[in-house]
Formats: sequence, structure tokens, C-alpha cells
Amino acid sequence: MAVKSQEERSIANEDDILDVRNSVKRVTALLNFSLVNQTKIISAASELARNTLEHGKGGKSIIQLVTEPERIGIRLIFEDTGPGIPDLARALEDGYSTGRGMGLGLGGAKRLMDDFDIESKENEGTRVTVTKWTEKN
Amino acid sequence: MDRIPILKIGDVLLVTIQVDFHDRIAIALLEDLSEKIVDNSAKGVLIDISALEMVDSFMGRILGNISKTAKLLDCHCVLVGMQPAIAITITELGITLPGIYTALTAEDGMKLLTDMVKSKTNGKTSAKKQEAKWR
Ligand SMILES: Nc1ncnc2c1ncn2[C@@H]1O[C@H](COP(=O)(O)OP(=O)(O)O)[C@@H](O)[C@H]1O
Ligand SMILES: [Mg+2]
Repeated sequence: MAVKSQEERSIANEDDILDVRNSVKRVTALLNFSLVNQTKIISAASELARNTLEHGKGGKSIIQLVTEPERIGIRLIFEDTGPGIPDLARALEDGYSTGRGMGLGLGGAKRLMDDFDIESKENEGTRVTVTKWTEKN
Repeated sequence: MDRIPILKIGDVLLVTIQVDFHDRIAIALLEDLSEKIVDNSAKGVLIDISALEMVDSFMGRILGNISKTAKLLDCHCVLVGMQPAIAITITELGITLPGIYTALTAEDGMKLLTDMVKSKTNGKTSAKKQEAKWR
């Protein structure tokens, strides 16, 4: 997989979540994702950006346009140096939240995207990487 | 501070959500709306989300809170104008919006509210009649 272009955005407040969403939207439109898929990707980005802000105490997102021989996609990386997630399996369960959320962000983002990867270390931080692919046209 | 405007049409309050929900905007809306419901003895609230490009779990929770609060104030809440792509996405996300009534258009939403208010008033009168009979 090759990264064709990338954009970095810090996530330090609620306005930044909107900026991340707008950047993501631009790339999904550029890649000609269907409206439904655009909505799914933007929603996943919104969930993960909010986690970075609320649970990770702020961090950044990297929005990448990635290519493979047969397909092209958008890859989103959300990174923070927050408290980390002690029990990843639990955090991925629908309805599990240590805050006052619905507990759907991680599981939901996983369902909405094609690839999902999460790394987390207690007291060091969390990195979530998600990708959605589309055929080259 | 940004605020979401609330319009009054007869017994109904109309809220059109165009801007992005922020925590503070959402809290302000909940407060403004609760006040207006009481001040106007509004029987219904129509929330138009046709301008939204997505609804995430944060917004879903806020919409749920608005609907619950309205209900406690004897007021029905109908959500209108959800884009099909959003309906598909929130279903996959797992957002269920329990207890929230929806209609496709603002017009349908108005009809639904009118019907709900009517049936409630009728229900109340018949309950009173029943009471009178038993006494
Ligand atoms: N970036 C993060 N840093 C620390 N903890 C996180 C992070 N993202 C998610 N979590 C943990 O995983 C839980 C589940 O996340 P999520 O599914 O998005 O639900 P919610 O955000 O509604 O709580 C959170 O309550 C939190 O405990
Ligand atoms: Mg979340």
C-alpha cells in the first residue's frame, strides 16, 4: 500500500472534530465514494475524533489517500498520548462506555469501515487506524 | 454564543438543525427548548435534520435527551428529514433512538404531531368521562 497524499490535523477541541470531518469529506468526494459510503466514513471519523478528544485528552488525526494496484482508499489514523485502553475487547463491545457516551464509537467505526486496527498502551496512548476502499476508476 | 433558533407555529415549536452540534450548543438548545415548551404550552416539537450530513452517537444522544425532556414537559417530539444515507449509517453504527418519532417531511411531521396531540386530548376526555361514571 502506498500513501499518495496526507493531511494532518490536531484534535484539541470540538471545532477540530468538525475540521477533521470536513477534510475527510473532501477526500471521500475526491475518491468518488457513494453518498452512503461517504456518510459512513464521515461518521466513523467523527466517532474516532471524539474519542481522541474525550477519552484520549486530545491528539491528532492523519487523513491519507492510499493506493494499491487494484484499489484506492482513504485511511484515517487517530493518535493520542492519553490514558490508553486497559481492556480493548471490552472497549469494542457495543454499549460499553467509561464515560456518558452510547459506547458505540469503536464498534461502530469498525463496522462502518473496511479495515480497523487499534493499538493502545496504558498511560502511553491509543492509535486507531481505519481504511475504506473503493475500486480504481 | 451560537444558538439554534426555535420558531413557533401554532402549538408547535420548529427547530431546524443546520449547524453542527457542539456540547454547548446542544445544552443551550435543550434549555431554550424546555423554556419555550413551558412558556408557550407547546404540545409538539418538530426537529428538522434535513440539513445534517451525518448523525453520530454524540448527536444521537442529544436528540434522545431532547425527546425525553420534551416528553416530561407533556410535549411530543418528531424528528423529520433524515437523509437515507444517515438512516443506513446510524443503523450500522447501532444508534437506535428509542422513543423518538420520525416522519420523512416536515409536513408529515406536522400531521403526525397534530394526530398525537388530538388522540391525547381525546384520551384525556374519555378518561375523565370514565372517572365520572364510576363515581
Ligand atoms: N482514544 C481513547 N483513549 C482512551 N480510551 C478510549 C479511547 N477511545 C475509546 N476509549 C475507551 O473505550 C470506550 C468505548 O469507546 P466508544 O465505543 O467510542 O464509546 P464511548 O465513546 O461512547 O464511551 C470508551 O468509553 C473509553 O473508555
Ligand atoms: Mg466514542
